Amino acid sequence: MVAAECLTLTAAGLYCSAGDFYIDPLRPVPHALITHGHSDHARPGHSKVLATPETLAIMAIRCGPAFAKSTQALAYGETLKLGDAEVSFHPAGHILGSAQILISLNGKRIVVSGDYKRQADPTCSPFEPVRCDCFITEATFGLPVFRHPDPSAETGKLLASLQIFPERCHIVGAYALGKAQRLLALIRSAGYDRPIFLHNSLAELTRYYAGTGLAFGELRPLIATELPKLGGEIVLCPPMALESLALRGDAEPRKVFASGWMRVRARARQRGIELPLVISDHADWDDLCRSIIDSGCHELLVTHGESDALVYWAQQRGMAASPLHLMGYGQEDIEGQGEERIGTAAEGSP
Amino acid sequence: MNRFAALLDKLSFEPSRNAKVRLLVDYFKSTPDPDRGFALAALTGALSFRHAKPKLIKTLIAERVDPYLFDLSYDYVGDLSETVALLWPRVERSAEQESISLATVVQSLMGASSVEQPHLLAGLLDGLDETGRWALLKLITGAMRIGVSARVAKQAVAEFGDRPAHEIEDLWHALSPPYLELFAWLEGRAGKPETDNPAPFRSAMLAHALDEADCERMPLEDFRAEWKWDGIRVQASVGQTPEGRKIVNLFSRTGEDISSAFPDIVEALAQEPLASFAIDGELLILRDGRTQPFGVLQQRLNRKLVSAKLLTDYPAHIRAYDILALDGEDLRPLPFDERRRVLESFIAAAKTARLDLSPLVKAANWNELAAARRDPAAAGAGIDADAIEGIMLKRADSAYLPGRPKGFWFKWKRDPATVDAVLMYAQRGHGKRSSLYSDYTFGVWRNRGDAEALVPVGKAYFGFTDAELRELDLYVRNHTVDRFGPVREIAHGKNAGLVLEIAFEGVNRSTRHKSGLAMRFPRISRIRWDKPAHEADRIETLEAMLKT
Ligand SMILES: [Zn+2]
Ligand SMILES: [Zn+2]
Repeated sequence: MVAAECLTLTAAGLYCSAGDFYIDPLRPVPHALITHGHSDHARPGHSKVLATPETLAIMAIRCGPAFAKSTQALAYGETLKLGDAEVSFHPAGHILGSAQILISLNGKRIVVSGDYKRQADPTCSPFEPVRCDCFITEATFGLPVFRHPDPSAETGKLLASLQIFPERCHIVGAYALGKAQRLLALIRSAGYDRPIFLHNSLAELTRYYAGTGLAFGELRPLIATELPKLGGEIVLCPPMALESLALRGDAEPRKVFASGWMRVRARARQRGIELPLVISDHADWDDLCRSIIDSGCHELLVTHGESDALVYWAQQRGMAASPLHLMGYGQEDIEGQGEERIGTAAEGSP
Repeated sequence: MNRFAALLDKLSFEPSRNAKVRLLVDYFKSTPDPDRGFALAALTGALSFRHAKPKLIKTLIAERVDPYLFDLSYDYVGDLSETVALLWPRVERSAEQESISLATVVQSLMGASSVEQPHLLAGLLDGLDETGRWALLKLITGAMRIGVSARVAKQAVAEFGDRPAHEIEDLWHALSPPYLELFAWLEGRAGKPETDNPAPFRSAMLAHALDEADCERMPLEDFRAEWKWDGIRVQASVGQTPEGRKIVNLFSRTGEDISSAFPDIVEALAQEPLASFAIDGELLILRDGRTQPFGVLQQRLNRKLVSAKLLTDYPAHIRAYDILALDGEDLRPLPFDERRRVLESFIAAAKTARLDLSPLVKAANWNELAAARRDPAAAGAGIDADAIEGIMLKRADSAYLPGRPKGFWFKWKRDPATVDAVLMYAQRGHGKRSSLYSDYTFGVWRNRGDAEALVPVGKAYFGFTDAELRELDLYVRNHTVDRFGPVREIAHGKNAGLVLEIAFEGVNRSTRHKSGLAMRFPRISRIRWDKPAHEADRIETLEAMLKT
């Protein structure tokens, strides 16, 4: 097995002994390679961090400039020798700076994809398929019921709702890193040009995104006490703030939530969402399958999410596939809960 | 079909009744005939598809999706229609398939035989997107569960046409899908559809629960009291076709035609010489002149088949309390007292023994009425007391108004629910009670983290006798652990505290209370000196009573 020769699963996460580094480790390590800035993948406290320049910048914003003792940036496509291994970063299309990490060792190629998506997204570089022997994939939406619709049709629903309920504030829950900025871009490209009100926890990341050359139109800081005056406006906030903002009664706000989970009605109803938007930064079932095929791999490891179905699917196609039991990933988007919630995300038969 | 699917989709996520009505009005405005009429039919339960059963849907999906992947998906999603809608494979669709109308879908499914059904349904599913497939499967299985009642749909129709809701209700039974003449009238393109139904349903007038705190402001002489019978509310509507054929319809409170379940009543009413009338009353079972409790009626309602034996063992009866129409005249605008006089002479002249009059309950004051409510047998109900669940109060001067208008009819139920709660705080009363601690806040147990704590669920300031009040006041003074202005905190916990049996009329959700619920009209029914505080009730008991 290719992966077994190169990677070991430790309590801190995936470890490559040939290059003496960890990928997206869960606890502080001497040398960490980080796929992207979401908090379940990018944790502070490592001695040395290697990541794309964008991911390093995002980590500095989220964890403070002292998130690691030293950092090293590696742009997409550049290679770096680490011990006997050679590593390079390739766009994953998930959020700004997100990368798949290619490890080459003894003529074998392993891709750790981190989180990825194939849908168009103006806020980050598009996913590039990388040929490899072993592909390590996420499976957040690893069930065939998850097929994400066209995101512009989803934002169309938001704008249509503003027409039917022009006096009601539309509070949109969206994950602070990536989803919020993608949503802004989608809303603007649909021709909506009124100011959009931003919860303060989205401000700094959005400013950083805008600095990379993205135009988000007029953004105004949300002052919660002024919410009752924001009838007919769009407010963007992190999922955690949605409930408490919506409780400010006299504004009679509409609860909107943008997430791939909104595809399943019960999920939306559990949270009392009135307008679910199925917009995800993870690959859906079809794109997971397509990406596995595109990688040309004969060995597949499935990390966080619904691994059972994907492992079964790959085995039916003759691949050596198994779930990789990693704890602690997949919480940044699931249910839009707190970023730091740790739980078992990778389940399935051994 | 897409428009209908989008409507169902939006309605299913919309919690507010007003917003639902608005979504519907918007749909009626933007959707042409006959689609909007079929949508209305679907929402009011006027469509049914015989062959489309879950089994057929499972067969179709099994032909298309790996069974293991289907099982994992169904487990995850939990709803068959939704799982199938999401899993159905994408195929190339023609523009014609995508723009198929709801009317075409409904008519083709209705017209198909059971042999044609699978192929037809599969073709329709191929042509629709996920939301469309979901809506189609919900439509044909008849399990919409999107929180829209027929009432809400009709309300939307009324708002669409800017007509009062009861006008639509009155008309409803004369209409059928796709309601072309209804929409034509509402859009001013045609006159009001003729109700050629000689025995139509008339929207029922409904009562509010009596808030005893309001009693003082309600002069009893303005009201008439009746027993609240524990049967089912019915409307018997009798009329004649132009050819002179007698029509008898028996409706439930909501206008559902239940005639076929009560052939004994229908037959009896058909014998009445009067050409047309409509009676509002309670359907009850009478045996040997004795009114049976609801449990007996329930046994008759449970039977699908109305056999001769059932008719003999459970003879049905209508106890009339209102008359809405007589000999072509609409009596609803008349005041209650006048309708009552008409009703009394109507019943006196009636031939059938299956119809009698619900008597008025005489009470000179609220105390007498409360006594009658407590003990109907002693207050004139005699052997019928078991079939009485309280008192109805109706304003003597009120017309018969459809729906649940405020301030006219009240129900004062006999047996309130009770819960055992722990006294937590007490406050001085007002007026002549200002020297005594007579306002009590009580709580029930709730889990807080891994500990249990009392959470306040309500306040009561009556229900006890003067002697009990003095005892409670003394208890409060002797068990005060803290003071906040006029409020005393009373020792309460697992090993300390006084249990009060609280009677109340129901529970509502409330965001104003820490417990998330509010009890309707709570009062102290008993002081449980004997009961330890830790045996008091838990919040779950109250939560279970919330109307969902
Ligand atoms: Zn991520
Ligand atoms: Zn992740």
